[in-house]
Amino acid sequence: MSIAAPLRRNLVTPTTLVLAALAVIGFLFIGMRLIYGLGAVTNLNSGYSWGIWVAIDIFIGTALGCGGFSMAILVYVFNRGEYHPLVRPALLGGLFGYTLGGMAAFTDLGRYWQAYNILLPWHWQPNSIMFEIALCLLAYTAVVWIEFAPVFLERWRFPAIKHFLDRWMFVFIALGVLLPFMHQSSFGSAVLVMGTKLSPLWFTVWLPLLFVVSAILMGYGVVMFEATVVSNSFGLPSEHALISKLSRVVGWVTVGWLVIRWADLLDRGVVSLAFAGDLKSWTFWIENALFAGTAVVFLTPAGRASQRASFLGAVALLVAGALYRLDALIIGLRPVGNWIYFPSLPELMVTIGIIALEILLYLVFIKMFAVLPVAEESSPRTADRRLP
Amino acid sequence: MTDVDRRDFLMGAGFAAAGAAVPTEAAAIARPPKEMPPQAVGMLYDSTLCIGCKACVAACKAANNMPVDIPEHLSDWNETTWDSAEDLSGHTLNVIKVYRNGTVEQKDREIDGFAFIKRHCLHCVDPSCVSVCPVGAMKKDPVTGIVSYDPDACIGCRYCVYGCPFGVPQFDLNNPFGKIAKCEFCRHLQKDGKVPACCDVCPTGASLFGPVKDLEQEIERRLAAPAGTPYRFPRGKLGEDRPPNVGTIPSYIKGIYGEHEAGGTQVRYLAGVPFPKLGLPTVGPQSPASLAEGVQHTIYYWLIAPLVAFAGLAFLARRNAPRPDADNTPKSQGGRS
Repeated sequence: MSIAAPLRRNLVTPTTLVLAALAVIGFLFIGMRLIYGLGAVTNLNSGYSWGIWVAIDIFIGTALGCGGFSMAILVYVFNRGEYHPLVRPALLGGLFGYTLGGMAAFTDLGRYWQAYNILLPWHWQPNSIMFEIALCLLAYTAVVWIEFAPVFLERWRFPAIKHFLDRWMFVFIALGVLLPFMHQSSFGSAVLVMGTKLSPLWFTVWLPLLFVVSAILMGYGVVMFEATVVSNSFGLPSEHALISKLSRVVGWVTVGWLVIRWADLLDRGVVSLAFAGDLKSWTFWIENALFAGTAVVFLTPAGRASQRASFLGAVALLVAGALYRLDALIIGLRPVGNWIYFPSLPELMVTIGIIALEILLYLVFIKMFAVLPVAEESSPRTADRRLP
Repeated sequence: MTDVDRRDFLMGAGFAAAGAAVPTEAAAIARPPKEMPPQAVGMLYDSTLCIGCKACVAACKAANNMPVDIPEHLSDWNETTWDSAEDLSGHTLNVIKVYRNGTVEQKDREIDGFAFIKRHCLHCVDPSCVSVCPVGAMKKDPVTGIVSYDPDACIGCRYCVYGCPFGVPQFDLNNPFGKIAKCEFCRHLQKDGKVPACCDVCPTGASLFGPVKDLEQEIERRLAAPAGTPYRFPRGKLGEDRPPNVGTIPSYIKGIYGEHEAGGTQVRYLAGVPFPKLGLPTVGPQSPASLAEGVQHTIYYWLIAPLVAFAGLAFLARRNAPRPDADNTPKSQGGRS
């Protein structure tokens, strides 16, 4: 077991400089969009009113921020305290995944200067799935910051507040599990209104379940990905033993997801669409092959034992979950009229800039704050306590 | 669907793999469909009467203060004189499109023929746009059934554009202060007892305004009469005393578009060419909003499930999360090593 500590490395490196440059470019285009309108920056059109800012920055970005959520299920619901060292880095990923996802949503709003209407009770429209998502996302973003707050409180030493938070943290931990269950499933429900406008390969009443379970899977994928990349890049003790144990759990959840997905497809008798040979059918197969590949890697002893194979499995899982969302939101769409959509370069640069900023902030935070398990520590109890 | 079906479905949900959704069960989780408001107003567009003059497009622009639309590829011969909108857009609420096939010899014939089609909001009985709008910017009038838009409420999320089964609402993407554009049956004119602009100017009665109940009777009369029967087609508003357009009943294709689509709409179409050929999307009879809301209301019924889940999670978290008073290890240890 180990305890968390700041990495204390140089903040200015070639990597952080490139990330910062990408973020600056992205934000210049965000400024352009806010001044000149969505059409000046994006390739959105009447058939595709939502583009990659919604699909990638919000739907995929928040799912990638589900590490804290997924680890909390394991650690607090199933009481697997041995995974504690992975919680803080996972929460940190969620912190930026959600905060910047919210920022991307604001950027994407066509009438952003009226965005506060969503907070005014006389405007509330509780039948709207978007309404539930918006409030739930805002609440969860606040919860992640509170869950992560002890890290700041330790750094700047506010013992009184920290003591209070420690005492009541279980409330926020519970909310930190409940709220993502709500909005990540609602992301799936949000697509239910599409009806015939979405290919039957993706349209099903099980969308909410498939979305929330794949979000949990992506959360685990991100934790594994991050643990491997960070420990390799900074020469930290490998966490492969823990990751390999975790990957077994993830493998079985992936199998469960595939069983639901395929039982539903077969039951509705729409699998023939997967042989149409069009873009939709190809991405459908890639998505499913990646999920299946992950399961194979994570459920074979050889796959789990190899650090490289586990890492590739985690990457495959992340790409699979991301592609599933992209398919359900954009690629699987059958708009009214002959519309096509491919993001413009500025549109892509905004998404890349936001992702770059997420990684940059992550790197800055692990260097400045006690996030990563660094120092070896003898007492597991203390380690547990150090990483809430 | 009965309550029994619903319960069976929910029980099946526990065994996701086994009880996967077949269409009938998908309908079972949907909330009951909405009813047509008693005094619903609507439009009948009879494609066979339309001569493609586009007076309705021009009148719509004038009535709603929208600029003319001249696509770039037409601008060399059409500088500012003629509104040549090709499709619905951020500044086109109503558009006439044409179907052409082969030699384009005869009107309202599928093969080697042509036909006109008018596109605008159909004012669904159970509108997706109203259901999805997070801030209530889209509203359905409980009396007239008109689906209206309030730009002061709208946050521009474009979920209505995404969700509309008919591809109607448009966001003006090229305007930094863009808003949603969609037909509102000229509700600002109706207040003064006027007829929506498109129906008011239609010379042949192809666009006809009136109470949905009366329009339905008018449709029945037209479909019941054999082709070739002399017929006085009303113009403007049904029941008004305008001189009718005297003609003969054409040969209609079977079906009334808008009667059942997406749970029914207040706009109905009659045509001589199959509706999909005219660019009207094929939409099932279930309102998409009833399914999406049904699933959501099942999960969030009185917030019982989230509250129970929260209580359980809070209990587990309190039991399983380490607490500072759980043992006597000093708290301040190891923050920075």
